[in-house]
Amino acid sequence: MIEIKDLHKSYKMGSNSLHVLKGINFKVEEGELVAIMGSSGSGKSTLLNILGMLDGADSGEYILDGVPIKNLSETKAAQYRNKFLGFIFQSFNLINYKSAAENVALPLYYQKVPRKERQEKALKYLERVGLKPWAEHLPSEMSGGQKQRVAIARAMAAEPKVLLADEPTGALDSKTSYEVMDLIQKINDDGNTILVVTHEEDIAHMCKRIVHLKDGVIVEDKKIEQVRAEQYV
Amino acid sequence: MWLFDKDMWFEIFHTLGKNMFRTFLTMLGVIIAMLILVLLLGGANGLTNGFNKIFAGTASNSLFVWGQSTSEPYKGFERGRRIRYKLEDADILKRQIPEIEVLAPRIELADHRGAITVYRNGQTSGSSVYGDYPEIDQITKKKLVEGRFLNQNDIEDSKKVCVIGEETYKLLFEKGEEAIGESIRINGVYFTVVGIYKPNNNINIDGENAVFIPFSTFQKAFNSGDRMGWMAIAVEKNTPVPLIEKQIKDILKNKYDIHPDDDRAIGSFDMSRIFNSVTGFTLVLQGFSFFIGIFTLLAGVIAISNILLITVKERTKEIGVRRALGATPKVVKRQIILEAIIITAFAGLVGFAISVGLLSIMDSMWGSGDDFPFVKPMISIPQFIFSFVLMVGLSVLIGLLPANRAVKIRPIEALREE
Repeated sequence: MIEIKDLHKSYKMGSNSLHVLKGINFKVEEGELVAIMGSSGSGKSTLLNILGMLDGADSGEYILDGVPIKNLSETKAAQYRNKFLGFIFQSFNLINYKSAAENVALPLYYQKVPRKERQEKALKYLERVGLKPWAEHLPSEMSGGQKQRVAIARAMAAEPKVLLADEPTGALDSKTSYEVMDLIQKINDDGNTILVVTHEEDIAHMCKRIVHLKDGVIVEDKKIEQVRAEQYV
Repeated sequence: MWLFDKDMWFEIFHTLGKNMFRTFLTMLGVIIAMLILVLLLGGANGLTNGFNKIFAGTASNSLFVWGQSTSEPYKGFERGRRIRYKLEDADILKRQIPEIEVLAPRIELADHRGAITVYRNGQTSGSSVYGDYPEIDQITKKKLVEGRFLNQNDIEDSKKVCVIGEETYKLLFEKGEEAIGESIRINGVYFTVVGIYKPNNNINIDGENAVFIPFSTFQKAFNSGDRMGWMAIAVEKNTPVPLIEKQIKDILKNKYDIHPDDDRAIGSFDMSRIFNSVTGFTLVLQGFSFFIGIFTLLAGVIAISNILLITVKERTKEIGVRRALGATPKVVKRQIILEAIIITAFAGLVGFAISVGLLSIMDSMWGSGDDFPFVKPMISIPQFIFSFVLMVGLSVLIGLLPANRAVKIRPIEALREE
């Protein structure tokens, strides 16, 4: 599903440049649930940004579902993001003046899905995350866990190839974190490919594979025995 | 065609509607700007209409010529000689100056105070009495309240008829009394009233209290021979009146042996001069209000741009999220520009509606008053369309600024955790 070969990325900081990614190679197969771990400054966010087409690499290859991602115009990147990727952010990033259902329907709007179908799909995915009764509520009326579940529903609404979660539990207490991870695991059980960036060990162990980043290189890449979040809920 | 994309409009209105307070604040500037523009233009139009009303019924390209006394001795004549015109002068002038459209000779029956006592059933009125041709009506329109004005028949048959002013009617008749067909007596001669006119309040060259009788009747009744008091002259529309005024004076000076430099012998009044200065004044006023209004509007639209810039900054995260979810730069740009246009257009219409309401109120308060030149203060449709198109055009231009700013927001920066 995802194939990365010798990826390099550096940022210019004034006169000197900061080499953040120093040749990353890895592959993600369809249906995997991968945790990308690393301390701050390890390059994990940069990697996620490149995977999410929010940022471009300096050199190296990135192939997503057989499509090479290179030198994308802003417009093309937006279209690919919409088609291939679903984002889950640490701070949820729901649009605060839109109801839960409207937030979920937003990626579909950019896919030019007719309104009625959008609404149906939004409700379907809200039901999937257990928030159908909250469809008409604004984000401000919901708890953090609920907001993240709405964000997950939104990420899934466009039926992307890959879900990218950037510290999805970073803003949540541990009980709610497990609830969210339980949901992510269940979505993964249905065959969805998910990448989770985290620095929390327990969250990482709820995935099926952990990729460890340190100083811009992968230092460890191992399959693990998945810890089900269900038991903590 | 994206313009008819119902979803896009829904999204825009949804965004604006959900941010009512912000939208309202943004609109305020344009509402006030439009208000000022329309009020200024409407006010200027009201004044213009008011002045036009004053001039209504008076041929603007006209002049009046009468005789005075010479101030220079010439060809053996002493100074202080009274100039008296003859009726034939009218024909001479008309023949020699083709630019004269209408020339109405007039003669006035007057003692040294300029008024004659008119009698009826023991009631009297000190009136000006004029012998006139019907053509005078083309130069200073008489607003008739009853009956008719003098006509060609009256002249040909030297009928003993008269048209009297409302003031004269009030002095000679009881309130509500029928005057048409009644007789009044002037210098021992009886005249039948055929019409009553209402004096023009604004430009009045006949006096408040006047009696008009046919010129030919005047000649016979008061034995005036071929004398002529003065002439009301309408000049062709595109001919400058001062030019004709000079030609007339030259002809008359020559005929009556007046010194060429004697400016006092012939009295004249150029109506177009007043008219032109008032027209110039209203034009300047309109131009000035338009100028101020446009700049106010510009300020209003810039205010919108400013607020949109701020909101773009405030909405950085939202725009970043939209971009991450697949909004292309074009879509984001379009949304911001359309938001600007819709806010401006709607605010413009609201401002327009308010100001039209205010103008209507002003109109009903002062619009019909005779003493203040302020009639139908309203902006014309072309003025409205022009300001509206200008406003929307400006809003597109000015929406581009925040829109470009919004497009420059890279989702990665927008989504960066603080």
